[in-house]
Amino acid sequence: MVKDTCPSIKNILLLDSEGKRVAVKYYSNDWPTNSAKEAFEKAVFTKTQKTNARTEAEIAMLEGNVIVYKFVQDLHFFVTGGEDENELILATVLQGFFDAVGLLLRGNVDKKEALENLDLILLCLDEIVDGGIILETDANVIAGKVASHSVDVGAPLSEQTISQALATAREHLTRSLLK
Amino acid sequence: MAQPLVKKDDDRDDEAEYSPFLGIEKGAVLQEARVFNDPQLDPRRCSQVITKLLYLLNQGETFTKIEATEVFFAVTKLFQSRDIGLRRMVYLMIKELSPSADEVIIVTSSLMKDMTSKTDMYRANAIRVLCRITDGTLLTQIERYLKQAIVDKNPVVASAALVSGIHLLQTTPEIVKRWSNEVQEAVQSRAALVQFHALALLHQIRQNDRLAVSKLVTSLTRGTVRSPLAQCLLIRYTTQVIREAATTQTGDRPFYDFLESCLRHKAEMVIFEAARAITELNGVTNRELTPAITVLQLFLSSSKPVLRFAAVRTLNKVAMTHPMAVTNCNIDMESLISDQNRSIATLAITTLLKTGNESSVDRLMKQITNFMSDIADEFKIVVVEAIRSLCLKFPLKYRSLMNFLSNILREEGGFEYKKAIVDSIVILIRDIPDAKENGLLHLCEFIEDCEFTYLSTQILHFLGTEGPKTSDPSKYIRYIYNRVHLENATVRAAAVSTLAKFGAMVDALKPRVFVLLRRCLYDGDDEVRDRATLYLNTVGSDGEVIETDKDVKDFLFGSLDIPLANIETSLKNYEPAEQPFDINSVPKEVKTQPLAEKKAPGKMPAGLGAPPSGPPSTVDAYEKLLSSIPEFSDFGKLFKSAAPVELTEAETEYAVNVVKHIFDKHVVFQYNCTNTIPEQLLENVTVIVDASEAEEFAELASKPLRSLPYDSPGQTFVAFEKPEGVPAVGKFSNMLRFIVKEVDPTTGDVEDDGVEDEYQLEDLEVVAADYVMKVGVSNFRNAWESIGPDFERVDEYGLGPRESLAEAVSAVISLLGMQPCEGTEVVANNSRSHTCLLSGVFIGNVKVLVRLQFGIDGPKEVAMKLAVRSEDDNVSDMIHEIVASG
Repeated sequence: MVKDTCPSIKNILLLDSEGKRVAVKYYSNDWPTNSAKEAFEKAVFTKTQKTNARTEAEIAMLEGNVIVYKFVQDLHFFVTGGEDENELILATVLQGFFDAVGLLLRGNVDKKEALENLDLILLCLDEIVDGGIILETDANVIAGKVASHSVDVGAPLSEQTISQALATAREHLTRSLLK
Repeated sequence: MAQPLVKKDDDRDDEAEYSPFLGIEKGAVLQEARVFNDPQLDPRRCSQVITKLLYLLNQGETFTKIEATEVFFAVTKLFQSRDIGLRRMVYLMIKELSPSADEVIIVTSSLMKDMTSKTDMYRANAIRVLCRITDGTLLTQIERYLKQAIVDKNPVVASAALVSGIHLLQTTPEIVKRWSNEVQEAVQSRAALVQFHALALLHQIRQNDRLAVSKLVTSLTRGTVRSPLAQCLLIRYTTQVIREAATTQTGDRPFYDFLESCLRHKAEMVIFEAARAITELNGVTNRELTPAITVLQLFLSSSKPVLRFAAVRTLNKVAMTHPMAVTNCNIDMESLISDQNRSIATLAITTLLKTGNESSVDRLMKQITNFMSDIADEFKIVVVEAIRSLCLKFPLKYRSLMNFLSNILREEGGFEYKKAIVDSIVILIRDIPDAKENGLLHLCEFIEDCEFTYLSTQILHFLGTEGPKTSDPSKYIRYIYNRVHLENATVRAAAVSTLAKFGAMVDALKPRVFVLLRRCLYDGDDEVRDRATLYLNTVGSDGEVIETDKDVKDFLFGSLDIPLANIETSLKNYEPAEQPFDINSVPKEVKTQPLAEKKAPGKMPAGLGAPPSGPPSTVDAYEKLLSSIPEFSDFGKLFKSAAPVELTEAETEYAVNVVKHIFDKHVVFQYNCTNTIPEQLLENVTVIVDASEAEEFAELASKPLRSLPYDSPGQTFVAFEKPEGVPAVGKFSNMLRFIVKEVDPTTGDVEDDGVEDEYQLEDLEVVAADYVMKVGVSNFRNAWESIGPDFERVDEYGLGPRESLAEAVSAVISLLGMQPCEGTEVVANNSRSHTCLLSGVFIGNVKVLVRLQFGIDGPKEVAMKLAVRSEDDNVSDMIHEIVASG
């Protein structure tokens, strides 16, 4: 049955260089409690910590799951699927997530920037996978959907992060409404 | 976020610990959430607070019921704001809070408004939120909008509706199934992802309709599917169709060309999906495999680890069944042994071990030795298992492989790893006689310094069985007796038993062993003392060189021919009473997975309410069920219940399968019936059995099923009498007879008048195998020798042309219905001969052992030598009759 059905994603994790959560999203019931989730994250982090996943996405198996992952700066990106999942589909999802975050954070991809723009990261996760089913894998489309409302006015975006630009835009809007 | 933004060029070291959420606290954030109630909403601030709440939830913080409700109600206020960004955060928050049914009502109208909004982002997201939190009742209200959304020209909206449909199909299939026209239209969409989602949903709607799936596949494989993801789905569905078609027709494999053409697709994920699908086809031929192997071989030298991993993992699986097909990749594989990614390296090594020939073994072993130290235990286990099978394949190489195993046994490692090594050595000792003495000494050395009690006791037990049969048993005594001095009580007790076995089996050693055993009488642990006392007194307390009585040997060291799991359940069920526990009452049947569930996959759609609540299928449960029926209560002890056999095609109006229960003088058929028509209620359900082709059987009783409502299985029984102890066989034809009453599925009202009706079922056979129970023995050779040649019957049979040796072996096994022992049901690939060991218990509690020797000759002519030993010559003859007539 499993193989005849749709490709599915079990979780997407974004951890920092110490294995702490930046943002995570679980879609399967394999880890019912928070402590089970944390244990899984710790296992994944320890297992992959020493590998070099900075140029190409790497892959590992853990507890009957396939995990593809990629690191940049102090951020570790993971996508987990079932044992029989097509590895390349998982890698495509990872790449979509990775690149979309890169676009949204304007290339400054590190933990600090990610936390400052956590709203964008969370929306990004929401646009990639819905309940385990892949929604979109094209980074440009994902980032576009997340930031669609901020592409606005001719604000000097070059000097601002998207969230800053977003904030100014919102302020403009509020002011105009209050008039 | 609430903190001032730091300038980019600031020194990074100073802010290493900086986080916008530093010192965040749930109580404070919940306080902050009050801004949601402000009459003048500040969207930016509200977004920040939601982000903080989401951050808390993401970090594993939980809200109490009251907190969650408060936040939920506050968040619903934010629908007043028209800020797009804020609205997105509101959607996220609602999904995270997963509100209860009465809370959902509050946001329903707001979400429904968004669903019909002109802003695409609103429509798409509102659909996803609403479908996530809604229940069936609300769905009918919004169904119209969802159908529209599926064919919306904005792909984001269409995808949102389709994906929601996939989720809803699990809970409310009847509604989603009504959308198939729209979904069908969406499959033709030009947007790649919409096509993917539509195809997934359409297939799930139709997955139980084999013909419709086949049609879908046929039309789509001709057309052009744009999205790689959708193409992967199509490949999966195609293989499903192939799998089902293969059972009904032979000749050219349908759709193979499609799979093969996918190997030239431009997306790697499609190429891989197709290659993997081809390798997993049932009975794939070498010609079919070749193109798939070629693309996988290209992937092996890719710069991307994921591709290399996917390819080597698939080839590793292929190597298990078609090692020759993979040998072309050996050079690429060898370069992967030094791959940075250890998973890839391990898979490469184990593949090479499977495909390598005898001459390359030594070279490979050298490479592996260098590599073992830096891989994780779980991979080491894979390597150990591969080496074990290699050794069985090339028994002449046992020396270097055994050395390798003993070397790694000395190194550091966890329990599972050590256990895998010990198991491998034990198997090698058992199967390769030359390796025995060498292997036993390695094990002895290992227990000198073994930290795992379990392994020590297992090895001691094994030593006790194998050691006395070696040329010089005395050399093991020192190792064993050392344990008595140096170990914990569990190991000491095991060592005492082992010593006693040496004493009982090797008469020359007896006096000396007794000296050692007497010393154990002063051990600090009572179990150790008890065992020593027991053995000293039973094996012969005077310690003279006399042969130990056979009964005593059997009592002390004979194998327990009852599965441990069964005796465990029986002991747990045993309640202290006057009557002592009787070991003969423990069922001897080896429990296997219930076959019925595998046979009819997807028969009960997952969404159709409760999982199939069929009758429990274990022997205990059957026994309980049957003895609760007064008509059958005096039939005595249930001998065996067969696995259910389907009497109807899948997807018919009524699903019936039958379980044969065999008693000494009776046979009971248990018909498990399921009514799959919601508009019908069946009453007075019986099965009319025509036993004209089963002369030795006489119908005794029948127990009708009073009522069989939709989708709740029920049972009806028919009992037959047969001559005692005789394995009577025969064919029975079955007719389901019942009174059918109309039911209004919406109200559940049943009409008063019913019509009598009949429904033809497939025939049922009682075969000789039904009188044999699968009972395994732990050591076949011992059991074979202990039964003795008194009632041995040997004969040879020609089985005629057969598809393969493996097919012939499994055919004979299923004909006899006995338990294969020691893994001999598996036939090595390309082998020309095979020996298979079977054991079982014949009706009347007669133990039977069978040794089958197969040989294949020229064009698939299979010959078989059948040797039977049992405790009764009639039974031995009977087994031959089964084969002769089968």
